Amino acid sequence: MSALPEKMGNANKKKYILEGLSSKLFQFCALISVISLLLIVGFVFYKGSLPFVVDGYSFIDFLTGVDWVPSEEKFGILPMIVASVYATIGALIIGVPVGLFTAIFLAEIAPKRVAKFISPAVQLLAGIPSVLYGVFGLAIIVPFLQNVLNLPRGQSLLAVILVLAIMMLPTIVTVAETAIRAVPKTYREGSLALGASQIETIFKVVVPAAKSGVMAAIVLGVGRAIGETMAVILVAGNSLIIPTSLTDSLRPLTTNIALEMGYAFGSHQNMLFATGIVLFSFILILNFVLAKISAKGEK
Amino acid sequence: MTFIRKTAIGLLVLFTVSALSACNNSNNKTDSSNDRTNRISISGSTSVGPLAEKIADKYMDTNDVKIEINQIGSSAGITNATSGVSEIGMSSRDLKEEEKASGLVETIIAYDGIVVVTHPANKVKNLTMDQVKQIFTGEVSNWKELGGENLEIVVVSREDGSGSREAFQEIVGYSSGELIRNAIIASGNGNIKTTVAMNKHAVGFISFEYIDSSISTIDISGVKATAENVLQQKYSLSRPFLFAHKEDHLTTAGQQFIEYILSPEGQDIVEEVGAIRVK
Repeated sequence: MSALPEKMGNANKKKYILEGLSSKLFQFCALISVISLLLIVGFVFYKGSLPFVVDGYSFIDFLTGVDWVPSEEKFGILPMIVASVYATIGALIIGVPVGLFTAIFLAEIAPKRVAKFISPAVQLLAGIPSVLYGVFGLAIIVPFLQNVLNLPRGQSLLAVILVLAIMMLPTIVTVAETAIRAVPKTYREGSLALGASQIETIFKVVVPAAKSGVMAAIVLGVGRAIGETMAVILVAGNSLIIPTSLTDSLRPLTTNIALEMGYAFGSHQNMLFATGIVLFSFILILNFVLAKISAKGEK
Repeated sequence: MTFIRKTAIGLLVLFTVSALSACNNSNNKTDSSNDRTNRISISGSTSVGPLAEKIADKYMDTNDVKIEINQIGSSAGITNATSGVSEIGMSSRDLKEEEKASGLVETIIAYDGIVVVTHPANKVKNLTMDQVKQIFTGEVSNWKELGGENLEIVVVSREDGSGSREAFQEIVGYSSGELIRNAIIASGNGNIKTTVAMNKHAVGFISFEYIDSSISTIDISGVKATAENVLQQKYSLSRPFLFAHKEDHLTTAGQQFIEYILSPEGQDIVEEVGAIRVK
């Protein structure tokens, strides 16, 4: 460097410093997410494992127990696991067809003007804070179910499913629409040229070609449903039973944590962290599935 | 390259140091204010919390003291007072024997009544304590059995760990394990009130402070849920709001604050908030 003329050297130096600094800045920013992830996972797993490692509770009893009575040291989360699974599956049964058909409509069928109106609406739906979904559910869906089905209580599995189905729509629609749009035009032209109708083309050619993207959309939708807390807490009723019908009230994993964390301390609090571990495992499995799907898609 | 790296590190260090020193500055500020004022740390019940906050606000206007209140629930507050994390713990239930044994001294600062509430359309207006227990444990499952309409009873309760729930269960005489399983669990008095107000089938319990026209209150064996009846010990669904402290953790400032709450001026605020005065 010293061999270069002074001015040139300075200009270069400045450039190098700037370059070096910005790459460090980017690196630092990238590290923040990794560090946050490690801290959160580490903390949840540390606190959640305490009752089993230190206090001698059985993890199997924790997973399979049907009684959750913290004041009597009974910690069983089977009803909540079942509740989370039922609610998610139910939401999928409604949300997937509606979301997929919306995506197909937007990508394949809708005239540009109509799509221009619906697409932003779907995206806005994603931006609504989840507690507002809950308030909507509590004020509209719960009384509606109560009156129409003549139930003693509207807080039920069905109410949760309806709210979650609406909430997962934007995720499914956006991801699936992108996947469908990515299918090359030649596929459609080929199919239509062979005499297939538009609907036949969509279901026999386009959707199968976009399969991995559609699957990814569904998995992301599941992730949204299983992790949702605020909306669910208001419409679920939070009863500690294993739901056996659509009209039973239920307490999914997320609401158990949110509902009781405020008052919990000692092993009760740690057990809520352990509930978090179970929830986190669900999400991890989902992410693993998602990674598999997208790897398949790239092949 | 080493030069660049050094500069980068140097800048980072500079940045960190300045950031840290900024923190230190703000710390110094609070530290210096600490030198001038006394600090009382209070934690515990979310039912007592709003009352304590209100009294503390008034008290801080005229006294050179800083009162910090954390609403973390009765049991956690009592634990804090025992361990010395907080100078005073707030509780909305009586101290348990083992809590008293650890050297905690309690001061009752107010009383609060709990009232069983139903939908205004519900015809049942009077229950015995035994019937309340039967409702909450699921032995009675239809309003018809209690003289009301032919409607299934929907029980609404607070979450496990809530001081109100513990107090209610203790007075009525059932345990968390006995609570009917399909009870709706709502967090907070307001939430219970909304749930009950929206449902003809529902029954719940709330603090006196939350009573309004959206729900109907239930008399216990003919005794109305009023402050006078609590004071005359006719209405049994009541509980003390209390401060718990250990003698060796209590500062003069803390002592003075407790005395203020018990003074007529402090008790006026108790009444203003909707709780029941001690004297």
